[in-house]
Amino acid sequence: MAENWSLVKRKKTLHQRAQILQGIRQFFVEKGYLEVETPHRIPTPAPESHIEAIAYETWFLHTSPELCMKRMMAAGYEKIFQICRCWREKERGSLHLPEFSLLEWYRAGGDYHSLMEECEGLIRFATRAIGLGEKVVFRSHDIDLSKPWERISVNEAFRRYSKTSMVGALEENLFDEVMVQEIEPNLGLERPMFIYDYPAQRGALARLKREDPTVAERFELYIGALELANGFSELIDSEEQRERFGLENKIRQSFGKPIYPMPEKFLAELDSMAPSSGIALGVDRLVMVFLDAERIDEVVAFTPEEL
Amino acid sequence: MYTASDLRKGLKVIIDNEPYIVTAFEFSKPGKGQALYRTKLRNMITGLTMDRTFREGDTFEPASLEERTMQFLYNEGDQYHFMDNDWYEQIVINEESLGDAKNFLIENLNVKVLLFKERAIGVELPNFVNLRVIKTEPWVRGDTSKADFKPATLETGYVLRVPPFIEEGELITVDTRNGEFSKRVKE
Repeated sequence: MAENWSLVKRKKTLHQRAQILQGIRQFFVEKGYLEVETPHRIPTPAPESHIEAIAYETWFLHTSPELCMKRMMAAGYEKIFQICRCWREKERGSLHLPEFSLLEWYRAGGDYHSLMEECEGLIRFATRAIGLGEKVVFRSHDIDLSKPWERISVNEAFRRYSKTSMVGALEENLFDEVMVQEIEPNLGLERPMFIYDYPAQRGALARLKREDPTVAERFELYIGALELANGFSELIDSEEQRERFGLENKIRQSFGKPIYPMPEKFLAELDSMAPSSGIALGVDRLVMVFLDAERIDEVVAFTPEEL
Repeated sequence: MYTASDLRKGLKVIIDNEPYIVTAFEFSKPGKGQALYRTKLRNMITGLTMDRTFREGDTFEPASLEERTMQFLYNEGDQYHFMDNDWYEQIVINEESLGDAKNFLIENLNVKVLLFKERAIGVELPNFVNLRVIKTEPWVRGDTSKADFKPATLETGYVLRVPPFIEEGELITVDTRNGEFSKRVKE
């Protein structure tokens, strides 16, 4: 009898996970996207206040393939996607692994709203890869994946689900707490939900909205209260990007965290990038939703604790 | 000194001068936001629980409790009797203070009894304990329609999920940290 029971019992799940990955690839290939691979080990991550990279000698393991993929976009690649491992220090919980799988894709032309559209299409396509219809059961919710998915602004989400307003939460430095405790549990329970237009300081690499520069053109997708994807209209102004990175590094410093060097090559090439949008989707979490898993541990072959 | 990222189930910390044990723990990190550590904490003296959310950067003193190795003897109702292996002194701990540990206590098991200001306030079990299955449905070999697990009752009365090949009367290893089946013991 096999000794490693936890691995034996994941066999079916890992088969389905592979099917989902194949479904994702097929979707992008059919849409004319180019699958790319960029280095996992990079000289510096994007300076962001709350994302910690794992150092590898004097370099870092990437926290997402964002910088390299955007350099490709700046060089004229118009539709690219990548499925890769990413690392984030000290992120471990029932929904987090320090090493996880991310799907990231970029397209020239079109803004974040058109990306939401495409994200819907991808997820519906991927359900078919494992023979699911347009309904999934996740966390005891019957979730309808057919159109239309709900889209509300972050401002509206605060109005609906919290007594605190978005501006109030920011002023009191409670934005994350209100989001996690009061708002997230309500998002995407009947059908998937996008919330969009995040406060400007919550999207260091996103374009600010022309009509209201206090918010960034950034969105998150929730299904069954689980955050699955983060996308935005890309900021393509290198001067503004440098300023925003500087601000993020100041915040890092105030938290006693190491300052990351400026990604100079990325900044030097950014101005050549056509207006684009990009999105990162947690593959492990998508598998969780499709297979109704309670913990991220259930959908991977090994957790760090099992090594 | 602990920081918030050290928080995990079972960690013992001092909050407002009293010892607390983390009984539930959830790591949250809203997109691009800061890490939040949501916990349920049990006051190890009063037994009362509370919810508390910590941020990265928050720090705690560890609750340094005296630990003595003792043997579990028997229980009478909700009173559990232990004996100090060195001094043969006997102490009693009530069921409430034991929490989930009562599910894994079998006679002669050595545990660490935790004392705060000389008062026994709980026990710490070995990570793995062998327990006998006293009740479970038989397995129909080759039947693949059944789920991956079936319920089984252990000699302590604790019910857990085991793989279908486990039979009544068998000895299994249970992980006391999460209460889950770990492996079958070859006898």
